Amino acid sequence: MPGIWQGIRAYPTLLRIGLAEAVAYRAEMLVWMLTTTMPLVNMALWSTVATGRRLGPEGLSGGDLVVYFLLTLIVRLLTGSWVLWEMNQEIRGGAMSQRLLRPVHPILAYSAENLAAIPLRGLLVLPICAGLLLLSGQGRLTSDPVLIGAALVSLPGAWALTFLSMVLCGALAFYIESSLALFQIWMGTYALLSGYMVPLSLLPAGVRGVAEALPFRYMLDFPVKLMMGFPQADGRPVTHGLVLLHLGIEYAYVVALLVAVGLLWRAGLRRYAAFGA
Amino acid sequence: MRLVRYIRLLGLQVRMSLLLGMQYRWDFLTQGLMQILWMALSLLPLWVAFRARAGGGDIEAAQIGDWGIYGALVVYGVFWLLRAVLEGVINPSLGAVVEHIRKGTLDFMLLKPADAQFLVSTARFAPWHMIDGLAALALLSFAIVRHGQVSGQGPPGLPQVLAAAGIFVCGVAILYAVWVLVICAAFYVVKLDNLSYLFTSVFDFARWPRSVFRGALHVVFTYVIPLVVMTSYPADALRGQLGPWQAAWSVLWAGVMLALSRWVWQRAIARYTSASS
Repeated sequence: MPGIWQGIRAYPTLLRIGLAEAVAYRAEMLVWMLTTTMPLVNMALWSTVATGRRLGPEGLSGGDLVVYFLLTLIVRLLTGSWVLWEMNQEIRGGAMSQRLLRPVHPILAYSAENLAAIPLRGLLVLPICAGLLLLSGQGRLTSDPVLIGAALVSLPGAWALTFLSMVLCGALAFYIESSLALFQIWMGTYALLSGYMVPLSLLPAGVRGVAEALPFRYMLDFPVKLMMGFPQADGRPVTHGLVLLHLGIEYAYVVALLVAVGLLWRAGLRRYAAFGA
Repeated sequence: MRLVRYIRLLGLQVRMSLLLGMQYRWDFLTQGLMQILWMALSLLPLWVAFRARAGGGDIEAAQIGDWGIYGALVVYGVFWLLRAVLEGVINPSLGAVVEHIRKGTLDFMLLKPADAQFLVSTARFAPWHMIDGLAALALLSFAIVRHGQVSGQGPPGLPQVLAAAGIFVCGVAILYAVWVLVICAAFYVVKLDNLSYLFTSVFDFARWPRSVFRGALHVVFTYVIPLVVMTSYPADALRGQLGPWQAAWSVLWAGVMLALSRWVWQRAIARYTSASS
């Protein structure tokens, strides 16, 4: 397919444009950045709940929860995406038509904008978090090189899952008029099932089972757990085979989402054209 | 008579929104049901917190700070009621203003022979939020009755209910004023729709009883961003634990915020140059 090749050739330029845009809309950037600091409130909240008590089957203490939520903040900064929000606006407002006229596939363009914004987003908050983590993470972070490597490998997958699932929801905006509700549903499900609001190990068994089967956990919970040494419910250290298995599942989800996005996008585009837009 | 004219105008605007809402009857029902489902789902973190706190023991006896689960449920009910007001009354109209400013259509509002702030604040209502408002009231009533039974206080008397309603109105006023301030920021920085998103994600923490916020966070959420005033104080009033100071503080905050938002709105309007100039 010539389109993809063109896209890959244009990608470095797209990244530069994305960075320039991110710098241009600094105010917007700052607001997104403030939004991503919400795990700090969750952190305070759950460490209150954990005062004088250890929570859940893993026996999370207040200190564990502090490290946990700092890590979720870092992972979210590195892998977060707002593409659903933007797509929504552009499909409703008609700006999508202009995007479609360009020779680069819109999804590629979106991903470039998204990736280019990550360094700027991390610039402010990341050093602070890393510092806090060094202070409070003593003995709670893994030192196993395999787990650290796995965590690094899982991050691009986490980003891809977040991005693709958002594009999938965004593509539904071709079918459903009020897709802002979709954004809320996505955010809500994500908050509950990815470990963003509650560490997954604290969920009741049934819900936990659902959360662990769905791709949401690989967006946040999985990389965070890896960095914390992937504690198991029975207290034994995690085997490397299990880590590999989870990485495999994560990337299988990425591929599945990629296929789903491809199909839905093409079908949705036909409908969009039919609107006369 | 100015007042009579404005009340009639309000009636007209409400009727228009109702007619519009009734055109999409399916939306009305599905949206309402979705909201209730959502409400039930988002109870999960609260329940998880108390369950973890109980550590396998009696969940009704578990406490976070001095709040039991039914007290927290009262806060939760107030939160959802407030959210229904926000999403049903405040958000639909004020959310559209940002769009008006960007497209330049705010000019049409300003040309009309009535107060512009009044017009933009009452332009649109989302009637289906009546459904989740009612559900929130039901939850609230159940929780306060149960709380009375568990703590041996009995159900709240009329003075408590009136006080709670008064504080609740103050909370609505604060919420409205903050929203107007957010809108005013859009006059200065045009691309700022995500500010509303930041606002909602902060507001989401209002669902927790005030005892989960300690130290600096408690100060921030009581005095700077008065989330505690909005949801925990009405619950306090219902439990008969609201001191005169706290009541005075709520009324003072509401008055100051309303005056401030009015002042900033007028300044912003004076500075507004419309999209074409």
